[in-house]
Amino acid sequence: MNHIYNPGSPFQTNALENINLEIETGEFIGLIGHTGSGKSTLVQHLNGLLKPTSGRIWVAGEEITSPGTKMKQIRKKVGLVFQYPEHQLFEETVYKDISFGPMNLGLTDTEVAYRVKEAMELVKLSYDDLKDRSPFDLSGGQRRRVAIAGVLAMKPEILILDEPTASLDPRGRDEILEQIKIFHQEFGLTIILVSHSMEDIGRLVNRIIVMDGGKIALTGKPGEVFARSSELEKMGLGVPQITTLMKKLNEKGYQLPEDLFTVQDARKAIMSWLRGNNHA
Amino acid sequence: MDNQHMINVEGLTFVYKGHDSDLLALDHIELTIKEGEHVVIIGHNGSGKSTLAKQLNALLLPTEGKVLIKGMDTKIEDNTWKIRQTAGMVFQNPDNQIVATIVEEDVAFGPENLGIEPLEIRKRVDESLLAVDMAEFAQKAPHLLSGGQKQRIAIAGVIAMKPDCIIFDEPTAMLDPSGRREVIKTMQKLNHEEGITIVHITHFMEEAVEAGRVVVMEDAKKVMEGTPREIFSRVSELKQLGLDVPQMTELAQELRNEGIDIPQDLLTVEEMVNNLCRLKSNN
Amino acid sequence: MLKDITIGQHYPTGSIIHRLDPRTKIIGTFTFMAGLFLIQSFWGYLAVVALLSSVILISRIPVRYVLKGLRPLMILIMVTFFINLFMTRGEIIFGLGPLNITREGLHQGIFMAMRLVFLIVGTSLLTLTTSPITLTDGIEHLLNPLRKIGVPAHELAMMMTIALRFIPTLLEETDKIMKAQIARGADFESGNLMNRAKSLVPLLVPLFISSFRRADDLAMAMEARCYRGGENRTRLKALKWHAMDGVALVVIGSYFGIMILIRLSF
Repeated sequence: MNHIYNPGSPFQTNALENINLEIETGEFIGLIGHTGSGKSTLVQHLNGLLKPTSGRIWVAGEEITSPGTKMKQIRKKVGLVFQYPEHQLFEETVYKDISFGPMNLGLTDTEVAYRVKEAMELVKLSYDDLKDRSPFDLSGGQRRRVAIAGVLAMKPEILILDEPTASLDPRGRDEILEQIKIFHQEFGLTIILVSHSMEDIGRLVNRIIVMDGGKIALTGKPGEVFARSSELEKMGLGVPQITTLMKKLNEKGYQLPEDLFTVQDARKAIMSWLRGNNHA
Repeated sequence: MDNQHMINVEGLTFVYKGHDSDLLALDHIELTIKEGEHVVIIGHNGSGKSTLAKQLNALLLPTEGKVLIKGMDTKIEDNTWKIRQTAGMVFQNPDNQIVATIVEEDVAFGPENLGIEPLEIRKRVDESLLAVDMAEFAQKAPHLLSGGQKQRIAIAGVIAMKPDCIIFDEPTAMLDPSGRREVIKTMQKLNHEEGITIVHITHFMEEAVEAGRVVVMEDAKKVMEGTPREIFSRVSELKQLGLDVPQMTELAQELRNEGIDIPQDLLTVEEMVNNLCRLKSNN
Repeated sequence: MLKDITIGQHYPTGSIIHRLDPRTKIIGTFTFMAGLFLIQSFWGYLAVVALLSSVILISRIPVRYVLKGLRPLMILIMVTFFINLFMTRGEIIFGLGPLNITREGLHQGIFMAMRLVFLIVGTSLLTLTTSPITLTDGIEHLLNPLRKIGVPAHELAMMMTIALRFIPTLLEETDKIMKAQIARGADFESGNLMNRAKSLVPLLVPLFISSFRRADDLAMAMEARCYRGGENRTRLKALKWHAMDGVALVVIGSYFGIMILIRLSF
């Protein structure tokens, strides 16, 4: 099963241009690009919130751009978590808020109850302690997890998260990212993670898509994309410090792999490089 | 009172009075900041760092202990406006601190409140916008600007009040990387060129690298204090607090564990490159 | 999209009219309106047309742009016309069942519709030639003398400024929350009135909460910048009367004089 998205050209001002993109079931995609590069516009097309001026989009074999498509069916399949999702909470209790999505799908009360419980477990919120609390009494990080649970409870096959860690402190950020990893690994969700943090993206995703000026500028495995650091810098994007380190060492005339981005990989590479010389 | 001291915090304790329970937000904090310093305060959400920032601007007053800004006690009501003019403040949300519908009108807001002559306001507005590189946006509507630009307008609004010190309360938390760079650059420029004392509250560790001094807060207490090198070399303690460590410092620690002779307090890519090259050529 | 809505439809051209003191323009607009209500014959409208067309000409705003302001109020103008057309008693010139059109009705209908058109054009010229912020300044200054009797002139102006500042921000936010709820399967478009009203709850509650949070933040930011009300406050751009304002006031004064003369002589 393929998801093929193909919003063609040209769009209204400052939007997307000739995007051809295919995302496989079960992929974990990292979507990067500076503000205004078109990444938010792109993800809003994927669940039909925006319609392409020309071009077509398929989700799970179904063309969502054809007239008469049932949008609710698409939104059930493609869950979209906006930036600062906690701002969309509105119900008196955590339970009611998370059940908003499933209720809109017309599910039975028992099914809704089951899904709320399951979604709360997924985001590590205690169902018994928190279900009757007001979402507005919770901490910022907890509120955000309630909002994510609200989307998960719709049981999407594809989950898109637009900067889910914005404004969180390192601890809150790591918790959310850890959970997203679990959604992907254990529940087989296809994930599209929009983020500014190269370190986070590099650590988590299978494939990176870099957007620039409404176009797809680069795509590939994290190592492949980071290795093209000068192109990324031209787009106003950075690379992980580790990648920069490797590049700078190579500029001094050494031969080190440039497709690294984690501290552990760098340690291994540097150790064998330093020792390699000892043996020589 | 030594007038070299910009900020003196002595035994500062602050309790938020809640409906059914009280929350201890600051627990006997001691802190001295000298004129011209650049201090970064780091900690988790809820560690008390933002409460501390509001204490420095007399937006909150101590439950116990005292806060002196250039010797002025925040508890004395007559000092309030002088304190706020001396220690200006930039907040987290760029949208929620801009008052006017035109950039230059917003920058003028502070001086207008101080009752300064229109001609002098004009001069200060122009100078402040130049200082944050936003002069060409003087006539623009703030809502059309990027997050980083909005924050720079907010900074200009504070500079126009001619403060000796600016307190930044997580100014980059809601910005993208380029916005963050813009704000940090502006902050450093003000510190180096104008000699303005900077107190910068953040949870981004990499923003602390350039500071003169780092203070770490946790659970309403000050838990660490020192130069960035001293603080970051305590990798395991920081990790225990759930705070980030610059990748280079972490890599240095990993390499030391492998028996490589590399300094523990290394912060930047440049330093790492130099050290590795030295090791390699010594081999 | 919601954020495309423009507020206050200011059309800057830098003309003399634009550069007039907002106080002149506010006083002028009110005088113009008062004059309009003095008119009892079509002859009076000649003077009005002369005045409005010269103002439009000097202001360099395209006539079509000015008339565009009439479009949303077309229904009101039509209703005024037809009510007067059918409800005025007199000499019947056309009968349609229970409805009768009279000569007087036709006269009255056209007369009232024109008055409304002139009223709208006149006031929209004020907003077209004056930016919201200068307009606010002007209102504050004009209300200032009323402070003695307890009119909070500065506070009202500050409220208007803040409202103008936050309208675009809140529209953007409305757009975002709406999309977020649609993504959770919310439906804002179908169903009967009751259901539609109910479907607004997930939009309005977050919007209210965020507005309160913003208000709280803004209050703190204003305090941090030494805001303590209108007392002893100076302004970056102090309003100043220029010679042109004198001329404009003389023109508008003469217009009002002519209106009184026409009223008395016809």
